[in-house]
Amino acid sequence: MDAVYQALVKIVGEDYASNRPEELFTYSKDLGTSEPKFPDYVAAPKTAEEVQKIILLANKKKVPVVPLGGGMSLAGLALPLQGGIALDLKRMDQIIELNEKARYVVVEAGISNGKLTAYLHKHYPHLMHSEPGAPPAATIGGNIAIHGQGDMAHPYGFNSDMVNGMEVVLPTGEICKFGSCSIGSGWYTLHPLPDIGLFLGWNGSTGIITKISLRLFPCKKIREMDLFVVEDEGLIPDLLYELTHVGMAEDLIAFTSAIPPFMDGVHHISMNITGDTEEEMEFKRHLLLDGKLARYIQDGTGGIGAVSQDIQRPQISKSADWKKGGGFEYVGSIMPVTAYPECYRRGAEISTRHNIPYTVLGRVIGSAHAMMFSWSYAFNRADPETVRHAREALHETDSLVLELGGTIWKPAVFGQKLMMDRMDSNTLQMMKKVKNLLDPNGIMNPGNWEVNE
Amino acid sequence: MTRTAYKYNDIIHRCFRCGYCKFPTNWDDVNNCPAYARFRLESYSAGGRLWLIRAWVNGELEWTEHLAKIVYACAACKNCVEKCPLSFSDEIVNMVIAAKNEMVELGLLPAPVKSFLKNIQLHGNPYGISAKKRSQWMEGTRVETYSNQEFLYYVGCEGSYDTRAQQAARALGELLLKAGVSFGVLGKKEITDGNEVGMMGEDGLLEWVVEKNIKQFKELGVKKIITLSPHSYNAFKSIYPKFDGKFEVFHYTQILSDLMKKRKLSDLKEIQKKVTFHDPCFLGRWNKDYDSPRNVLKSLKGITLVEMERNKKGALCCGGGGGNFYTDILGGSEDSPARIRAREAADTGAEILAVACPNCLTMLEDAVKAERLDDKLIVQDISEILAI
Ligand SMILES: Cc1cc2nc3c(=O)[nH]c(=O)nc-3n(C[C@H](O)[C@H](O)[C@H](O)COP(=O)(O)OP(=O)(O)OC[C@H]3O[C@@H](n4cnc5c(N)ncnc54)[C@H](O)[C@@H]3O)c2cc1C
Repeated sequence: MDAVYQALVKIVGEDYASNRPEELFTYSKDLGTSEPKFPDYVAAPKTAEEVQKIILLANKKKVPVVPLGGGMSLAGLALPLQGGIALDLKRMDQIIELNEKARYVVVEAGISNGKLTAYLHKHYPHLMHSEPGAPPAATIGGNIAIHGQGDMAHPYGFNSDMVNGMEVVLPTGEICKFGSCSIGSGWYTLHPLPDIGLFLGWNGSTGIITKISLRLFPCKKIREMDLFVVEDEGLIPDLLYELTHVGMAEDLIAFTSAIPPFMDGVHHISMNITGDTEEEMEFKRHLLLDGKLARYIQDGTGGIGAVSQDIQRPQISKSADWKKGGGFEYVGSIMPVTAYPECYRRGAEISTRHNIPYTVLGRVIGSAHAMMFSWSYAFNRADPETVRHAREALHETDSLVLELGGTIWKPAVFGQKLMMDRMDSNTLQMMKKVKNLLDPNGIMNPGNWEVNE
Repeated sequence: MTRTAYKYNDIIHRCFRCGYCKFPTNWDDVNNCPAYARFRLESYSAGGRLWLIRAWVNGELEWTEHLAKIVYACAACKNCVEKCPLSFSDEIVNMVIAAKNEMVELGLLPAPVKSFLKNIQLHGNPYGISAKKRSQWMEGTRVETYSNQEFLYYVGCEGSYDTRAQQAARALGELLLKAGVSFGVLGKKEITDGNEVGMMGEDGLLEWVVEKNIKQFKELGVKKIITLSPHSYNAFKSIYPKFDGKFEVFHYTQILSDLMKKRKLSDLKEIQKKVTFHDPCFLGRWNKDYDSPRNVLKSLKGITLVEMERNKKGALCCGGGGGNFYTDILGGSEDSPARIRAREAADTGAEILAVACPNCLTMLEDAVKAERLDDKLIVQDISEILAI
């Protein structure tokens, strides 16, 4: 019998360890266009101590470990590029502490966004976390491991900016805490201790996040989405600048898509606003609509698309089925907002070249300090030709991001390499040193953010 | 080897594996798919299962006992159908059943599935108990055999053979008598309804069972059927018409709800108890009746009905569907869906966990015992609660 498998069974129990073809197949694929990469084992630990034991085992046996949350990041980031143990963290899904007055919640990293939202809705309806627009099975840990953003990106930034503390199992097996929790003072802040957190945005290649303290924000009683539409994409940067000046919206997204046809070339700005009273809502609406958008309406360049729409949980998975094919992947980028027009035009060109209806979206981060601009490419999983087209479109878009002065967000290995090729060499060497120091045996999600020279 | 005959080759690739199917309607947790709740590996989620089936029918994966276990771990509860946002969602369970059809055709089945089906063929019930003993449940009752009464009371395999479910079968018989309903049972002549045979993908055996039942029903002049089990209800209502077996079919809670409305069951005892109700999948998600059992409970004096967090179309299945009450693929763990459900029921503070299905009755009673909750929570079929 395989010794690693037997050791895994001993650590997590027989039900939660596998080296059978069915699990290896399942964990070899993600939802996007990536080629399958087979793990040798799958394990689903329940506690940080089990994670620790697995990491120690992996070091001893020199076997890679690849953490997996919801597996929704699409870019092959949780695929075992060099085999090893696929570590499914979704059994680590407990809510450990919620401090209402200090507005934070401590959770195990494998908890789904859906579960946390449901919990808050039920027990603390006046609090919310920044949920990404991803399917609700996406985990909190996976999201911050790739610097995700969500409902509160505008005005509070990336979801990883909303972390108050973390517990991490290092690649050498130590369990470490970061932030005020490390001195036993509760989980309410990451600052002002020296910054030694080297785990956000690393795709799990520097350690496995097991607990997270997340900032919560006021959740007002009334929520609505208002839509503004313009035809000239050149107006979007100014519009976003103006709208962020009043700071009334919680989420600002500009988007357009080829399908349905009435949306083609029409740029929508969705503004999520919330309030506890109708008065507050009216005040916010007034500042946004009358204060900032009226002049576009008057000069005939823009119009109200809809007012006071319910905010639904995004059903974005539907985009996966546009081609009746069960697949889509997108390139996300962090871009200056001024790049919106060019991002749209060049993206639509790439889509046309690959015969994929374009879908583009720019979510404002901070006070329009940047936007997460994404280009989505649908494909038919059963038609390799469409998969090839989507993959090529993704690669072309990665290059486009850099050409337009952006940074690729949650890049696949292809995009990681493009960025590292351009990266300041001292920074690159620092990354390498960090990685070597933390992970001397190179077991943590190898192939990701790997500096080769 | 590719399985070109697989019925859903044109759509099985459309699952994106986004995981909506893991959640209940209120997004409470990722464990509303009973098989995924039990094993928590992606392979056991509805999406994982579809991807594996696709790989198998495409010849990318060989059949193994483990693959079959994953496929048969589906309890056919339709939570995935309820939650999937994509347009093919209605077909998800059918895609799994179609994979079972293929496995049946190849004779490649997990051992307990094989013995379930064999027992049906030999004895007309999954337990492998002689058909002669099928009427033992009614000994000592005043229930009569069917001869042109208004209703056929179809008891089903669990009610006929399982000692715990027999109590519910008897209780319902007594209630119907008390209400003056004109009904009779088939006794030894009754055979399985075939619902689980269909769910397990044995279409040939299903056809045999259905035709045999229809022939018997027609010969006896049966027009209206009351079922103890929602599984039988589903079979008679949805499967039999396809074989030209059209009957007026009622789940017993629908009959009781009507009788209570008409005050034909008025001298029932008052029960000062807090009760929570567990929706059976084949009455709820499969046939969209969430009200009849609740109406019955609500019209009982003294009862306080409290809901579990996950209820109605968001209810967690007990894990007994698709033959799992017999094959027990989902058993043996504190993460077995029935045990999770028992804990949820206890969390409501209820003293009675009411069910309306003999499968749920046995699954949940065992779970309550395994959880050592039996000192504060008892599991009772609605028929038993009324018969007190
Ligand atoms: C339709 C759709 C819409 C989306 N919209 C958004 C959006 O609005 N905002 C957004 O931010 N994202 C979005 N995403 C991307 C992605 O789904 C989310 O970022 C998601 O939160 C990632 O979490 P996950 O649990 O799925 O991560 P995974 O894909 O499982 O993992 C992501 C990376 O993190 C690593 N990792 C996972 N867990 C840990 C851990 N505990 N410790 C260390 N490393 C870990 C993995 O190895 C991998 O490299 C979207 C995706 C889809 C499919």
